[in-house]
Amino acid sequence: MNNKAKLMQGNEACVEGALAAGMQFYAGYPITPSTEIAEISALKLPKIGGKFIQMEDEISSMAAIIGASLAGKKSMTATSGPGFSLKQENIGYAAITEVPCVIVNVQRGGPSTGLPTSPSQGDVMQARWGTHGDHPVIALTPASVKETFDLTVKAFNYAEKYRTPVMLILDEVIGHLREKVETPNKDEAEIIDRVKPTCDPKDYNPYEVEDGDIVPRMASFGDGYRYHVTGLVHDKTGFPSNDSTIAENLVNRLMNKIGDNIDDISNFEEYVLDDADIAIIAYGSTARSAKSAIQSAREQGIKVGLFRPVTIWPFLDKQIRHLTNKIKKVIVVEMNLGQYVLEVERVANKDCEVFRYGRVNGRLITPDEILEKIKGDVLCLANC
Amino acid sequence: MPSKLLDKYFRMDKLPHIWCPGCGHGIIMKAIVDAIDKMGLEKDKVCIVSGIGCSSRAPGYMDFNTLHTTHGRALAFATGIKMANPELHVIVVTGDGDSAAIGGNHLIHASRRNIDITTIIFNNNIYGMTGGQYSPTTPTGEKGTTAPYGNIDKDFDLCKLSKAAGATYVGRATAYHAKMIKDLTIKGIQNKGFSIIESLSVCPTYYGRKNKKGDSPDMMKTLKNNTVNIKAVDKLDKNKLENKIIIGELYSSKEDEYTESYQKIIDSMQEGR
Ligand SMILES: Cc1ncc(C[n+]2csc(CCOP(=O)(O)OP(=O)(O)O)c2C)c(N)n1
Ligand code: SF4
Repeated sequence: MNNKAKLMQGNEACVEGALAAGMQFYAGYPITPSTEIAEISALKLPKIGGKFIQMEDEISSMAAIIGASLAGKKSMTATSGPGFSLKQENIGYAAITEVPCVIVNVQRGGPSTGLPTSPSQGDVMQARWGTHGDHPVIALTPASVKETFDLTVKAFNYAEKYRTPVMLILDEVIGHLREKVETPNKDEAEIIDRVKPTCDPKDYNPYEVEDGDIVPRMASFGDGYRYHVTGLVHDKTGFPSNDSTIAENLVNRLMNKIGDNIDDISNFEEYVLDDADIAIIAYGSTARSAKSAIQSAREQGIKVGLFRPVTIWPFLDKQIRHLTNKIKKVIVVEMNLGQYVLEVERVANKDCEVFRYGRVNGRLITPDEILEKIKGDVLCLANC
Repeated sequence: MPSKLLDKYFRMDKLPHIWCPGCGHGIIMKAIVDAIDKMGLEKDKVCIVSGIGCSSRAPGYMDFNTLHTTHGRALAFATGIKMANPELHVIVVTGDGDSAAIGGNHLIHASRRNIDITTIIFNNNIYGMTGGQYSPTTPTGEKGTTAPYGNIDKDFDLCKLSKAAGATYVGRATAYHAKMIKDLTIKGIQNKGFSIIESLSVCPTYYGRKNKKGDSPDMMKTLKNNTVNIKAVDKLDKNKLENKIIIGELYSSKEDEYTESYQKIIDSMQEGR
């Protein structure tokens, strides 16, 4: 194996992962700290016959990647907070029309223009509920540069397999971090492509799920299957309907295609939890600080472990329940004032105490801060 | 042979359409199909994209690759489609609110890029679908449900706007001049670049009623009487042109087309290997 090992930035690894997954089209609008993803895509896409376009804003970028995906090209866009807000309208459109696409959000401090160059994990809930109405969401969050590569590939695969927009939620630290990454050879990475119809075009129902399939088969515009796509509630033929049963069935099907396959979508890491009295729940760059805090804690005889969600949406109900059945004190550490923790509190065993530690000062949460919090609030070693 | 045309290009099971009796939008839709038929375009290679509004419902009735998107964003979706598959004839149908208010920025930038998309604006001077609010093309002084005392906004000239932004084919016609819509649409599709055909429509239900413009035939007569073909402009007295709307082919030029320019970049990369 002559895998290429290269020192690269998280944002660069994201583009490399996208290209490995088969990205052919990128549309975006520049915004710190995600801009390198656009720049590197602009550089690399034409070399492989793919295309890049800088649109007039994030609304149109999101629209353009949906259009390109409908015409058969795997597509991605990347942004940060303010742009993520603008993309929400058409993220909902991709969800209801079931158009595969990948949206990267390199989080920065908010609200509004906030702290453009500082890390944050403030968009966890926006990733889940940013667009209106009930809709499915898959969101992944890496904690290293290598994992950014791997999860970008995975994001495309989930998008194609489940015909849904998939979000890759980075934080500024991971986006700009430089680490050595070994990228797999072309045939090593598992690549999933959308299933296309094989039936006679006359018999094609673009929103009917065939027996044994997870989602409807997707023809590309121009393939000879002329069909209609609308953001209105639609029946299996793709045309609008006001029928309440059709509406309910559609939204339920959208939710269930994720819910029924949750094990396939649930990614997480467990670190020294076996003998732990306390579990830290942390994701993204915060999980790196947590690991370091755990090492110091263990040197001092405090048995702490880490549960790191890699899939942040759909929520890892089963795993968090299991964790909190076993461990009686958990602390959720995140660079926001309490978002992921709300879901942890929702599913945690009632006998498990859930603590929070969050910061929004634009600074990384340090291992020392985490350790101090554990010793103080969680263990009451200080003057509680 | 209108029924043959219906069978060939319309999704008969989706008709009747949702438009009010006397609405001008159906005439414009039919003229677009006439143009496609005249050109003999392969149906599988035509993609029709719309936003949201009464006008934007047209693609649902038309038997092509059709995409009904979000309000104002049709051109942005269409840009992605055209980039991904330049072989498709991409046609955008949109309303005046859809294209000039919420989608105004996309209209400017699609024009500027000169991307090969043909845009037909169904301009009825009002927001029809939401019940008659004033739009960016409601003439100053006219009424809408949100301009009960008369509209104080200035109205857009969408042809001038698109031309200034870089569109390379610009035409205007009206629902009264259906054949002209057809002819301009053919030229627009033939143009390798961004084309815009502003098609003046009528909304008797809201614009007509609010502004006492009479019924649909009255409004169609107004379209006839208030317009002057650009070919006749030079021959007419200046005072006869006052308050008249000029129709016909207003502008045509040759510029580099966007997807072709991008393909040149791709090709140059391949050569460099
Ligand atoms: C983001 C958003 N804002 C507002 C609306 C409500 N809305 C639907 S159609 C429409 C106006 C349509 O007017 P126009 O484009 O002129 O088309 P017409 O109905 O007159 O043909 C509006 C405001 C919407 N669907 N989406
Ligand atoms: S409301 Fe106006 S624009 Fe809409 S269908 Fe009726 S007449 Fe046509």
